[in-house]
Amino acid sequence: MFGKRTKGLIAAAALACLGVVSATSATAGETISGAGATFPYPVYAKWAEKYAHETGVKMNYQSIGSGGGIKQIKAKTVDFGASDAPLTAEELNKAGLMQFPMVMGGVVPVVNVPGIPHGKLRLSGDLLADIFLGKIKHWDDSRIAAENPGIKLPKKSITVVHRADGSGTTWIFTNYLSKVSSQWKEKVGNNKSVSWPAGVGGKGNEGVASYVKRIKGSIGYVEYAYALQNKMNHVNLRNQAGHYVAPTSENFKAAAANADWSHAPGFYMVLTDQPGAKSWPITGATFILVYKDQEKPATGRAVLKFFDWAYHHGDSMAQKLDYVPMPANVVSLVEHTWKKEIKGSNGEAVWQGK
Amino acid sequence: MEQELSVDVSAARMQRGAMLDRIFRGATRLFAIFVLAVVIGIVISLLVGAYPALKKFGFGFLTSTEWNPVTNEFGALVAIFGTLVTSAIALIIAVPVSFGIALFITELAPRWLKRPIGVAIELLAAIPSIIYGMWGLFVFSPLFADYIQPWVTDHIGSWPVIGPLFDGPPMGIGMFTAGLILAIMVIPFITAVMRDVFDVVPTVLKESAYGLGATTWEVVRYVVLPYTKVGVIGGIMLGLGRALGETMAVTFVIGNAHEISASLFNPGNTISSTLANEFTEAVGSIYTSSLIALGLILFLITFVVLSLAKLLLMRLTAREGKRS
Repeated sequence: MFGKRTKGLIAAAALACLGVVSATSATAGETISGAGATFPYPVYAKWAEKYAHETGVKMNYQSIGSGGGIKQIKAKTVDFGASDAPLTAEELNKAGLMQFPMVMGGVVPVVNVPGIPHGKLRLSGDLLADIFLGKIKHWDDSRIAAENPGIKLPKKSITVVHRADGSGTTWIFTNYLSKVSSQWKEKVGNNKSVSWPAGVGGKGNEGVASYVKRIKGSIGYVEYAYALQNKMNHVNLRNQAGHYVAPTSENFKAAAANADWSHAPGFYMVLTDQPGAKSWPITGATFILVYKDQEKPATGRAVLKFFDWAYHHGDSMAQKLDYVPMPANVVSLVEHTWKKEIKGSNGEAVWQGK
Repeated sequence: MEQELSVDVSAARMQRGAMLDRIFRGATRLFAIFVLAVVIGIVISLLVGAYPALKKFGFGFLTSTEWNPVTNEFGALVAIFGTLVTSAIALIIAVPVSFGIALFITELAPRWLKRPIGVAIELLAAIPSIIYGMWGLFVFSPLFADYIQPWVTDHIGSWPVIGPLFDGPPMGIGMFTAGLILAIMVIPFITAVMRDVFDVVPTVLKESAYGLGATTWEVVRYVVLPYTKVGVIGGIMLGLGRALGETMAVTFVIGNAHEISASLFNPGNTISSTLANEFTEAVGSIYTSSLIALGLILFLITFVVLSLAKLLLMRLTAREGKRS
């Protein structure tokens, strides 16, 4: 088949390849893999690109949804999982996992109602819940009018738009509605997908955004970035302190600032309906899941190194993509917990600081 | 000597031929059995996966309209209803149109026009379904909502009996839109099959009928259709099978709401779009199992439809001899 010389060449090339692989696997050839939530995917991808550029370590993230991420980390097919909805301390202990918040964002109710100027509509939490319950059917309802004295509301029927697929966004949104409306809590509840009493379902944030843009008289909810990028008309919500606030990254940060992370076991923290004059009431963090017992400490360390880098160098990239970075005190709390909880098979802490 | 040699060679060749034949037969049998094994494997894994849900909800799974991931109560009726209704709309629209196109190509079109139309049909069949879905959502549904739907609701919405079907909010999204998009998607398939079977009708038969003074319609009705009915029904079934299982295009435009409503303009859900939407985030064994049970039901529906089609064909062929 091949001549003698060709064979020799192939063997030499193979040897050379082996040499290169073994030389680089310790540094540049490394890849860490993760899977989960779609909401933080843009910023994770951005970080991964920059990180690979700087260190040569590749991060491969599959945005398959929070539920999928939890399933994959439990099946140990990935090095870390990502979820928009936090797991309770109980669930974490059962699976031997540790979670930490990575980045924050807000969920924004958006409307498409002719006659309502951009960013002027005001709603309280229970009114929003009643609209999504299908109890308030027209935009000129007296209860909406009472909160919006300056606006001439059209006599148009309300079409509710919700997510059709299971989603961490829905989890955060229904968590808020359950907190502010006892009827919502009783009839619908809080989950990644719920039995919606009214409306139509769009697939993904972009599905909801396009339905809302399409249907006149509609109200939906999307991640902040989608509302911003699609220039959608947002709703100002009344927060716990009684102020009407607009969805801005400043107000998301305000909601996060009041959260007491140090007393949240397993970092189980939901940032909806937080106190504070400027707090946007539907704020949420997205979480990373890793095993407490690392069978391969080197990989575990590479994962933590990546997130450490993201905490300290990724803020401006996150902000550019309309996410809210975690405050410094939360970051040091997280890294302290890494040291304490994540151990290799020899019982040694995987994270030793930089 | 020479004679003997040639006999020898041919014997060896025959032997080799026989062996090759055996290998060939064995290989084809293996492939055929492989298909059967795949189908049986699918049925078994569906049954195993669906068992927890079927055990929990029993027969009520088929008749319940509940679909609540929070309380873990699931029923399939909404999705079954949506699947059947959208497919029915698709066929009601697609069959006459496809029939017309196929007929035009084979019987009426001038020779120079036959090829372009035929190629266009084949190209349409090759477009991925998600393109139809996006086109439906971004192009068709706005036009439909702004211009067609209000007119239909105003003029037909108040009619008795069929009025309520067309009375609803003009969103451009819903069961009717889904059915319409499905119709556009299955038309190329049904048309392609119909055209091919119409083409095989012997010219002498048609010419005899024309010679007897039959009109084009009479030729089609009494010569072409009886000759090709098996193929025509096969084409329709192919289209129906595709409509029943279509996922992405429907998910885009049906509105994905778990409810049954009288109006075709309201949103609904189909089995395949429910699966596409919810499978990735289904947490908990009953939820996942209920989704797999939906898959099993879709499998059964398709099986029943295909069996009915076969039965229909058998009855048609059985009647064949007796008629004349």
